[in-house]
Amino acid sequence: MNPQLIRGLGYITASIFFIFGLKMLSSQATARRGNRVSAVGMLIAVVTTLTAMEDIRWFWIVFGAGLGCVVGVLAARLVKMTAMPEMVGLFNGFGGLASLLVGWSEYHGKWAAADPVSLFTTVALFLTVLIGAVTFSGSLVAYGKLSALIDGRPILYKKQNLVNAFVLGAIAALGILFCAQKLDQLSSGGSALVYLELIGIIALALVLGVLSTIPIGGADMPVVICLLNSYSGLAACAAGFVIGNNVLIVSGSLVGASGLILTRIMCKAMNRSLANVLFSGFGSATSAKGAGYQGQVNPIAPADAYLILEAAHNVVFVPGYGMAAAQAQHVVRELGELLHDNGAEIRYCIHPVAGRMPGHMNVLLAEANVPYEMLVEPQDVNPTMEMVDVAIVIGANDVVNPAAKEDQTSPLWGMPIIEVDRARTCIVLKRSLNPGFAGVDNPLFFKSNTRMLFGDAKASIASLVSEFKQ
Amino acid sequence: MELNATTIPLLFFVFVLAMFLGVELIKKVPSQLHTPLMSGSNAISGITIVGALIASSREGGTAIATLLAVLAVLFATINVVGGYLVTDRMLEMFKTKAKDGGKP
Repeated sequence: MNPQLIRGLGYITASIFFIFGLKMLSSQATARRGNRVSAVGMLIAVVTTLTAMEDIRWFWIVFGAGLGCVVGVLAARLVKMTAMPEMVGLFNGFGGLASLLVGWSEYHGKWAAADPVSLFTTVALFLTVLIGAVTFSGSLVAYGKLSALIDGRPILYKKQNLVNAFVLGAIAALGILFCAQKLDQLSSGGSALVYLELIGIIALALVLGVLSTIPIGGADMPVVICLLNSYSGLAACAAGFVIGNNVLIVSGSLVGASGLILTRIMCKAMNRSLANVLFSGFGSATSAKGAGYQGQVNPIAPADAYLILEAAHNVVFVPGYGMAAAQAQHVVRELGELLHDNGAEIRYCIHPVAGRMPGHMNVLLAEANVPYEMLVEPQDVNPTMEMVDVAIVIGANDVVNPAAKEDQTSPLWGMPIIEVDRARTCIVLKRSLNPGFAGVDNPLFFKSNTRMLFGDAKASIASLVSEFKQ
Repeated sequence: MELNATTIPLLFFVFVLAMFLGVELIKKVPSQLHTPLMSGSNAISGITIVGALIASSREGGTAIATLLAVLAVLFATINVVGGYLVTDRMLEMFKTKAKDGGKP
């Protein structure tokens, strides 16, 4: 058969697998199979490509792919569930880097052979290296912030937007020069210059990725991770335009679109615009804080908290990043089971932006064997919050901050929250009274129905568990 | 594919339709599944491995072009293999009560 035909059919089959895989990923019952379907699609795409290629440099391909497999398998097996956000971020960055390298290699080949390049191809090349590089360096910064290698707080400096605008302008200028290269320039003296323009674009795009990620605080990371995920798809898509390859365009745009949707869901969950997340440096020391709240704080000892829980019939756990940081998910599940055996109805209410990536808490609780049905969303609990005897807040802060609906001056104003302040009793597990990641004071701590259980979340829950077992 | 006045509009056609399809596919995903969805789609973005494979064996490619392409194969493979495995590992943990026969 005609190799072109084989390739076309193979790529269509692969695309169908990707589409069904994604579709199945959006329902819990089929998600695992969906992921495997999509993996088979990838295998089909790779095999098709190799079949339709003529001279294959097997040694190099086996070398690159073999090493990649080893690294990928090890990373995927060894990573802890709590470290999942940074791992996903890192993989994402590698995808962006790969697209960048594909574009660069493609151009280098043409440049060295003095092949003429059309305007269409140069524009696609420009977009590939730009998006790929921003994805790569942005993901590395996100990785650093999430794994606490670098300070997670927003890094802000004077004239930040001016610097970013300057870098962006320089990239645009170089991009125009690069795209407008004359076809005959390649074979004449101008070729070295054109190549330097490409290198300049790559370098500046790497800088841009760093500059645009450092002002974003840890609590906004779910949005950034989604956005970078979208970028990595778009980079692959642009690479598809460079080499005129359908399957890259289809899969790349599927990923690009899904990343954008997730980004939108995250922004909505915080009642903020994407521009606000990206440029405001939310939660930095310089941003406005809510009015300083004052009042009586009611601390509680584990023994007294036990008495409250023992009498409770309806308990809601509200986990946040603090649960991940303290690795408390297993003791939380144990406490949940004890309460359940004690006759209480147990639910785990998870805010869409709790933690450091979308669905972060769900993954951790699933790891601790909490059944999927017990994980609920804020809109399932809020309407009947008055019926909840005890809401246990574990290391969550901004997502339960009543200032979001009480204080118009608060930076959180308007954000949909889990309204634990309306529960009969609210027990907040926290190390101290320090404000959360966003740096906004939380009036919840001073409410008359709130009890503060100070200390490490894991230790506090463990002591509650031992009280129950006595 | 040869890039010319006939094929370029076709590529755009594919691009636009796939974007719309992507939006429709993901629109109604429950928030419980956001993480696996993200890491699963992240693995798909490793499709750039196809471009890397093609680039690695280009006819008359120079050493540098091949080196860049092999690096692309390496990183794309990490993205693909790691992404799918990590997603599978996560989804393995998402259990329902029925399957477990009650509490674990």
